[in-house]
Amino acid sequence: MKRIIPFVFSFLFAALAVPYSASASLGGDVSSVHDDQVKMQGTLRTTSKDSYDVHEIQAPSGVTLREYVSRSGNVFGLSWQGRSHPDLHQILGSYYDAYVQGVQAQRAARHGHGPLLIQQPGLTIQMGGHMRSLVGKAYLPQALPAGVRPEDLQ
Amino acid sequence: MRKASARVFPVLFLAFASIALFGCGSSSGSANVSQAQTTTAPVSNVQPISVNVGPASALGSSFNYVDGAFTSVTVCAPSSTTNCQTISGILVDTGSSGLRILSSALSASLPAQTDGNGNPMGECAVFADGVTWGAVATADVKIAGEQASSLPVQIIGPASLPTVPADCSSQGQPEDNLANLGANGLLGIGQSVQDCGADCVSAGTLSQGTYYSCPASGCVDTTESLARQVQNPVASFTTDNNGVIVELPAVTGAGAGVSGSLIFGIGTQANNGLGGATVFGTDQFGDFSTTYKGTPYMSFLDSGSNGIYFLDATATGLPVCLDLTFLYCPASAQTISVTDNAEAGTNGASAATSFLVSNGDFLVSNVNNAAVNGLAGPSPGMFDFGLPFFFGRNVYSAIEGKSTPGGTGPYLAY
Repeated sequence: MKRIIPFVFSFLFAALAVPYSASASLGGDVSSVHDDQVKMQGTLRTTSKDSYDVHEIQAPSGVTLREYVSRSGNVFGLSWQGRSHPDLHQILGSYYDAYVQGVQAQRAARHGHGPLLIQQPGLTIQMGGHMRSLVGKAYLPQALPAGVRPEDLQ
Repeated sequence: MRKASARVFPVLFLAFASIALFGCGSSSGSANVSQAQTTTAPVSNVQPISVNVGPASALGSSFNYVDGAFTSVTVCAPSSTTNCQTISGILVDTGSSGLRILSSALSASLPAQTDGNGNPMGECAVFADGVTWGAVATADVKIAGEQASSLPVQIIGPASLPTVPADCSSQGQPEDNLANLGANGLLGIGQSVQDCGADCVSAGTLSQGTYYSCPASGCVDTTESLARQVQNPVASFTTDNNGVIVELPAVTGAGAGVSGSLIFGIGTQANNGLGGATVFGTDQFGDFSTTYKGTPYMSFLDSGSNGIYFLDATATGLPVCLDLTFLYCPASAQTISVTDNAEAGTNGASAATSFLVSNGDFLVSNVNNAAVNGLAGPSPGMFDFGLPFFFGRNVYSAIEGKSTPGGTGPYLAY
């Protein structure tokens, strides 16, 4: 019985955290990284670069998500790799609708399967690879710290 | 070691075949002999494939497929010879594993795979550009003279399980009808045996987002054993089960279509030897590396991608098209030279190759051009060698753990 109480509390806590995590993650602040970690049930490792921090979340579902946070505390980019894609609704936050529109536009224009490449003013999303070996990246071009190139987000 | 295992394999195979036959339990010794003679005769291992506008063209020319290889597959309810259907317009995909059929294209009645409580199993298969959601069913799958018996396959679409779970649709936009799949199904014949593997077997990872148990109250994430995961039909064939060859003729410019062959087995019959092909060992997912201007990148051979998608405008100097920004648009065709390398720690192979990049706007301007050489676009940080790379090459794909004259899979060769 003693074990159940913390379990129930952690369940309630997770449930309460859901509305907040909906505002994560791209374009959000560093607290959204921790929301993502809770949601993905992952382990977090943080490394520091010259002008930004990399928060790497390894999830048991087989995805590694890296979130790039500027010195001012904004998540300006994401990259991932693994067996599946991360929860795009969660990690793209307010940019999710733009992603859906971009997918629909590319499907209508391409006439076949292949990687996704969505480029809109202020937003780039790339999803490629193949079954069991998928990679993706999303970033806000105007928010990259000075001297940081998109290919640095790996 | 590789040569030794290659020599051992046919012997082992014959031994297993004999055991299987005796295991079938005929009471007559002479019947066994006659069955053994029947099984040693080569089965037909050649399946015609066609690069054409695909089945979605029936919805209008704006749905015409460009650079897709299609074939047909026969499915039967396990052990049935009457509850069967041959389905055409199935996309040949060396970049995935498993047979997936649109529910709208399926009229045969295939039994649902259920969990221990009798609830139907659902699956979310994740691709680069979307997800397929639907029930897992079992079928005898017949292609050319080959058969995979009681194989788990996916039935795509809302007819099988109406509600896509949130942790499935959050991984990509569903591809669940003819218009957005562009095919009646996918024939995944890649380097993996299962479509998920060990990650989906282990308990303790609650949110897998792949396999689901689906009682009437709704689908919930669950685990699934390797044997019951949707898997590569070729690996389950009785014979010619160590890999495939995709053979397509060269294509010059753009045309209405070409025909070729999907050949089962590598070095198992007179028609599927490696010849002079270079074997590139891959990682367990079928990835190797490609060096461009001195830098190595992750790469893979994927007949299910409709172009050669690689790097980006910054790395290549190739401009993207004005509207179709997912295609390159050089003013004149460019030959791109690269070096393909076996995955580190495998067989160490390395070979130079090249491919064409033409003006994407021009290539797709005529919707009746189904086979187009030079179709290419960006995929930053990697090389996705799609169908145009297969034109004029025989591309070999060996399945993980399977012995072949070129070594044990997984590998790719051309």
